[in-house]
Amino acid sequence: MSKAVIDHAEASETFNKDESYVDWHDETLWFVRKKRDISSKLLPEWEALRETASQIKDYVLSHMDDLLEAFEKNAKANGVHVHWAADAKEHNEIVLAILKQHKIDRMVKSKSMLTEECHMNEFLSQNGIEVIDTDLGERIVQLRQEPPSHIVLPAIHLKKKDIGDLFHEHLGTDAGATDPQYLTEAARQHLRDKFLTRRAALTGVNFAVAETGAFVVCTNEGNADMGAHLADVHIACMGFEKIVPLQAHLGVFLRLLARSATGQPITTYSSHFKTPREGQEMHLVIVDNGRSTQLGRADFRNSLKCIRCGACMNTCPVYRRSGGHSYHNAVAGPIGSILAPNLDMTKNADLPFASTLCGSCSNVCPVKIDIHDQLYKWRQVLVQGGHVPQAKEIGIKAMSMVLSQPRFYQWSGRLGRSVMRTLPFMVNNSLNPWYKQREMPEPPKESFRDWYVRNRK
Amino acid sequence: MSSREQILQQVKLNKPSETFLPLHYTFDSGYENTEVKFKEILKAIYTEVIVVDSLAELKEKVEEMYAGVVNKVTTVAELSSWADFSLQVEDPHELEMVEIAILQAEFGVAENGAVWISDNHLQHRVLPFITQNLAFVIPRNALVNNMHDAYKRLSDTTGWGCFIAGPSKTADIEQSLVIGAHGARSMVIFLVEN
Repeated sequence: MSKAVIDHAEASETFNKDESYVDWHDETLWFVRKKRDISSKLLPEWEALRETASQIKDYVLSHMDDLLEAFEKNAKANGVHVHWAADAKEHNEIVLAILKQHKIDRMVKSKSMLTEECHMNEFLSQNGIEVIDTDLGERIVQLRQEPPSHIVLPAIHLKKKDIGDLFHEHLGTDAGATDPQYLTEAARQHLRDKFLTRRAALTGVNFAVAETGAFVVCTNEGNADMGAHLADVHIACMGFEKIVPLQAHLGVFLRLLARSATGQPITTYSSHFKTPREGQEMHLVIVDNGRSTQLGRADFRNSLKCIRCGACMNTCPVYRRSGGHSYHNAVAGPIGSILAPNLDMTKNADLPFASTLCGSCSNVCPVKIDIHDQLYKWRQVLVQGGHVPQAKEIGIKAMSMVLSQPRFYQWSGRLGRSVMRTLPFMVNNSLNPWYKQREMPEPPKESFRDWYVRNRK
Repeated sequence: MSSREQILQQVKLNKPSETFLPLHYTFDSGYENTEVKFKEILKAIYTEVIVVDSLAELKEKVEEMYAGVVNKVTTVAELSSWADFSLQVEDPHELEMVEIAILQAEFGVAENGAVWISDNHLQHRVLPFITQNLAFVIPRNALVNNMHDAYKRLSDTTGWGCFIAGPSKTADIEQSLVIGAHGARSMVIFLVEN
């Protein structure tokens, strides 16, 4: 267990230094959120779909072992090699062993948040394997040597000038060029060469169908298919919660996923892999890495229903104004903040506090995860477990003392108002976190209680 | 104990008490005109839908539209005199030069403009992705309303299959939509009467 190097609040402060940049980040994500709203409202059955998806996922959680066994049996019958990894380390070692067995030292990879969670790229690189991320956004952040800041929009924190400069340096595009069409074309040429020359491709898994042993991979760019269909070896990695019972259930989830993510009615490519193509070898790695522990936490197991659409991030007022990197976890935002403490309570104790508990995340979640309730519940668990810094704990205790004693509360309110009136510098200074980026309000002449007591007579 | 046993044992131990699958998990879309909806959605994702009366007319249309194209392939038998139909390549990498692929596909979905293509119609899975431009040929009456109807129709599951909705795209640079990320740069769908 290690302490977070820089916690969410501190990282957000850095992110907020350039106000126009933060405004741009905020508006860009809100634009995506609005596309989701328009798209979802076109379906009269939207709420019923969410409820159905939620119920199917509840069933999955309560039958996880049976479904996993059925999936494994069917996948094996389809000619797929199935591996099980208890943790990130084992997952990475399995991937390495497959590559070594085929004497492969270069691989293309499409988006997989699981491999981010397992820090697979670093591990493979240390073992002499080159991994090229092929999703455009992921390639961008990979060239910058940073993690994705959003699960669906990995480079959403970057402006086109940043990407233009990056491509000029690495791909030889014209200096100062920022046209997205031009930059994307350069990446297409650069990555096509990788697709054509790599013998192994790794993909994530969006859904794994117990009934058929097939798995579905969704992309807009077509990079998962380009990689997988050209490679001799296809490795697909999944957290075990990706299971759905029946193929027909995909109808529900594919209708929800892209609409929730970007407002599209479906991703451009929804690829259903069942058997390897002739002469190809297909591997599937099923990963636990803390998921079975989370399954046992009654208050938090619903987080395993997540289908990784990112809607909770796009809508979150804290995410939009703090950026994905401030969450220091592979999955950022509200959902990441309820998944992360399960992996490491001490390191991620700050994340459930990175929320206003406004509930917008829960309202947009396509599988109806009670995200903001879980954020609230994690706070209790983390404080009781002593994972929260002492200053915060003292603050919480002081607050609870004030709020539990009505007379003391009235007296403190009066004191606060008079201090703000007579000695404003006591609160209008940089030591007061509430003063950052905002003016303190005018103190009212009297509290509501005083007004009420006076006027009731 | 292997990781498999360990994971399954802990899952068994930790899973919540039993819940049941919803009995009803499909919805009707009830569009007035499925084809109109299909075209409308595809127009929004930069895909042209062309209705032809016969396979002979399809051939005429294709010859006219792709007159100058050199590297062309097809899986539609009626177009075999127009383009390479055999697709006898040793290695799918050789398909890299293909500029236009006109492929027989099974059916389309009105709510999202997706077309289902699978191993049933394709010797080389990579073809719809590696080709620079892509066209699908489907029977005009092979359109369903939504994804629930699509999966009802898809009772078979072949080795591999994909719903493809429009050309490849990305918006990873400042949310600006760019068509032609890694896959096809353009897409046309031919609906053939009978």
